[in-house]
Amino acid sequence: MTIALGASLIILLIGWAGAALGLQYLLGVVLPLAAAVVFVVGFIWRVVYWAKSPVPFAIPTVGGQQKSLDWIKPSRLDAPWTNTAVIGRMALEILTFRSLFRNTNAERGTINGVPRITYYSSKWIWVFALLFHYSMLVILLRHARLFLEPVPLWVGVVEFVDGVMQIGAPRFYMTDALILLALLFLFARRLNSEKLRAISLPADWFALFLLIGIAGSGICMRYMDKVDIAQAKVFIMGLATLRPVSPEGLGHIFFVHLTFVSALLIYFPFSKLMHMGGVFLSPTRTMRINTRQERHINPWNPPKKYHTYAEYEDDFRDAMAEAGLPLEKQPEPKADA
Amino acid sequence: MAKMPTPDELLAATPAFPARNWMDTKPDFRAGTFCYPAKPETMAGMGFANAHAWAPDEEDWHLPENWEQILYDGLKKRLEKHRSLKIFLDVCVRCGACADKCHFFLGTNDPKNMPVLRAELLRSVYRQDFTLAGRLLGKYAGGRKLDKAVVKEWFSYFYQCSECRRCSLYCPYGIDTAEITVIVREMLLELGLGTNWIMDPVSNCNRTGNHLGIQPHAMKEIVEFLCDDIETITGIRIDPPFNEKGHEILFITPSGDYFADPGIYTFMGYLMLFHELGLDYTLSTYASEGGNFGSFVSFDIAKKLNAKMYAEAERLGSKWILGGECGHMWRVVNQYMATYNGPTPPKMEQPVSPVTGTVFTNAAATKMVHIAEFTADLIHHNKLNLKPERNNHIIATWHDSCNPARAMGLLEEPRAVLRAVCNNFVEMPVHTIREETFCCGSGSGLNTEEIMDLRMRGGLPRANALRYVHDKHGVNWMGCVCALDRAALPPLVNYWVPGVTVSGLHELVANALVMKGEIPRTMDMRQEDLPFPDEDPADAEASADTVEEDA
Repeated sequence: MTIALGASLIILLIGWAGAALGLQYLLGVVLPLAAAVVFVVGFIWRVVYWAKSPVPFAIPTVGGQQKSLDWIKPSRLDAPWTNTAVIGRMALEILTFRSLFRNTNAERGTINGVPRITYYSSKWIWVFALLFHYSMLVILLRHARLFLEPVPLWVGVVEFVDGVMQIGAPRFYMTDALILLALLFLFARRLNSEKLRAISLPADWFALFLLIGIAGSGICMRYMDKVDIAQAKVFIMGLATLRPVSPEGLGHIFFVHLTFVSALLIYFPFSKLMHMGGVFLSPTRTMRINTRQERHINPWNPPKKYHTYAEYEDDFRDAMAEAGLPLEKQPEPKADA
Repeated sequence: MAKMPTPDELLAATPAFPARNWMDTKPDFRAGTFCYPAKPETMAGMGFANAHAWAPDEEDWHLPENWEQILYDGLKKRLEKHRSLKIFLDVCVRCGACADKCHFFLGTNDPKNMPVLRAELLRSVYRQDFTLAGRLLGKYAGGRKLDKAVVKEWFSYFYQCSECRRCSLYCPYGIDTAEITVIVREMLLELGLGTNWIMDPVSNCNRTGNHLGIQPHAMKEIVEFLCDDIETITGIRIDPPFNEKGHEILFITPSGDYFADPGIYTFMGYLMLFHELGLDYTLSTYASEGGNFGSFVSFDIAKKLNAKMYAEAERLGSKWILGGECGHMWRVVNQYMATYNGPTPPKMEQPVSPVTGTVFTNAAATKMVHIAEFTADLIHHNKLNLKPERNNHIIATWHDSCNPARAMGLLEEPRAVLRAVCNNFVEMPVHTIREETFCCGSGSGLNTEEIMDLRMRGGLPRANALRYVHDKHGVNWMGCVCALDRAALPPLVNYWVPGVTVSGLHELVANALVMKGEIPRTMDMRQEDLPFPDEDPADAEASADTVEEDA
């Protein structure tokens, strides 16, 4: 965790010090554009890398009743047997985190003095994972305001809904608080559980710190160390249209935010964050549960090599004849006698 | 085998969750913690280049000189062959949802038995050698150098996974540890490292047709003995056909069913059912194994052993195959068989029940039907004369075997049969049944005596759920559709929940099945007295007369 924290602080420092030292152009123009290229190319490269390997076997994880006899009700979404149903299963997975919703917590205890394990439905990880991802989505959509001119209507709708509580000026967006809350929960969960601490790698902490850094600096910029939003938009439109304008005059915090975002974009394709792409390709979820009904083809299926019946009969012919088992070839009559 | 501690001692001896970093702990090879290695001649006989003598508890495993290259090339080749492997290695976020879903972790409290860490044992090496971040940053990116201790760790922990796939159900990305386990076991075989309990059956199955190495004439004899028992119980003589051509159905079941108690009672149930239906079927001594121990360690070996089923159906001219009660057999049949060895021989046809006319459209390509589907269909169409009262002394619960549940979705079919043949049926608690079912703790080739301690620990969650319904509802019987379960659950249940009998589904069917021309039943399939025996027809007539007189 210290390694990850150190790395994140260095990124913070680069953003702040770079802005202070007058490296605005480097941090504000060169870095984000390079990061965007790395992100797009890296993402595509990773997905192509995956797609280059075939799916030799149909290995869906069956999450409910199969479709068999017509009087048994099959589980369409947990054991989908058509493409449409698979799309349904994937939609549930991607939009509602179906599998995480199943989560249980196993607890050791005793019942009447007998050691027991009991399982409780445990939905916290599901709640906060959903909260984080949807807040992230809404925040990204809101950021479209900075990239598009004229600002499309839907951006306004998203902003209106997100700020519907009508607190403060500039208007307080719920997702700003929720994303931080969710990230802090995910952080605390990783820290508190001995199991989670044991499995956590520097990369796991790093991703959390980066995201906390991005959300934190973004919030700072909006509510505290305010940045001129009009100027920011002009600047970002410049980036988006590849006609960069001078970042002169934007606050340091803006560069911290931008540096964090750039770091995330560069880091993304090489990290576990690629689960965003991978979840669409996981064979245990994307495949139809009709594996006896339709043959799945393995492109590298090796030729059949097996111990044939003829070889088997050669091994056991005499004993088989004696036992009265049918034979393809009768045993040679015994030479002696 | 070392003397087993009592259940209380075993629980008390469960270690606390260690504070040390898992990368710094080395695997432990005390007696009782590992499966015995495969014999070099067995490995060589199956064509493994680096077959050699070695022992897990010795320091030097005598790995081939170029072991690093073999593993590197092996992993590279498998990454190119399996998209699943790439994705499962790349996308894990270590959210920990899988951690307490593994029965081995729940039983041992060993962090490396959390599915996420089990996969990290490979993932760390993959990162170091195959990813940019790992190459640049090494351990800071979660990488780890491959050394001999890592190989030992793989052997230890990938043989503490029963490939039950419970973790894959809860994983938000569907990461399937069974896939990783099979692949690592495959790579270990290339170093000449296999286990005796898996490779001996594999080798037997290849040559004699079944895991147990039962030769054709012996199989016929064993089945005849079982028919003697059927005759004792029912008064009916059955002579099942062997290796006969021209029958509609080829019946294949795991060899444990005709060899070992309590599987034999289930096997007797199949024969009685087929006889009663007048089914046009044959057994085969060549394809005398439904199970497939090859599937635990290698896709190619699994294919090789599985190929006999279609080869035999073709030779005998069978239209379709009916499969017995088995777990991993159905993982292979349901998810791999068509891919491995299809398309089916040209003369095979889409399975149709000759009794009910039901077309098994769900088996259109594989042309193989599970006997629970077959029997459930019979019962639904009221084709069987059943007396469930004969099972009235039984309070049954149902153990969903991992593979029929999570590789097939066979959940309601066996329950429909069970409800029809047994009046008392209680489910174990939610989160321990159906797709969330717990493994027996001995699957995927781990049902060997030398690791009894581990097996009792791995089976703890299953036993724990059984204990609950045993105490609360007096459950005294647990049914299942898996031959490994029938071998592994009796010692497990005896250890944790004495007083519960384990059986296959068709043993209970056989108890309840009223056959044409049978004698009044006084015994169950195990030749134990039925607490509620059939009335003698003579007595029944007498009492009927009395009733009429009264009226």
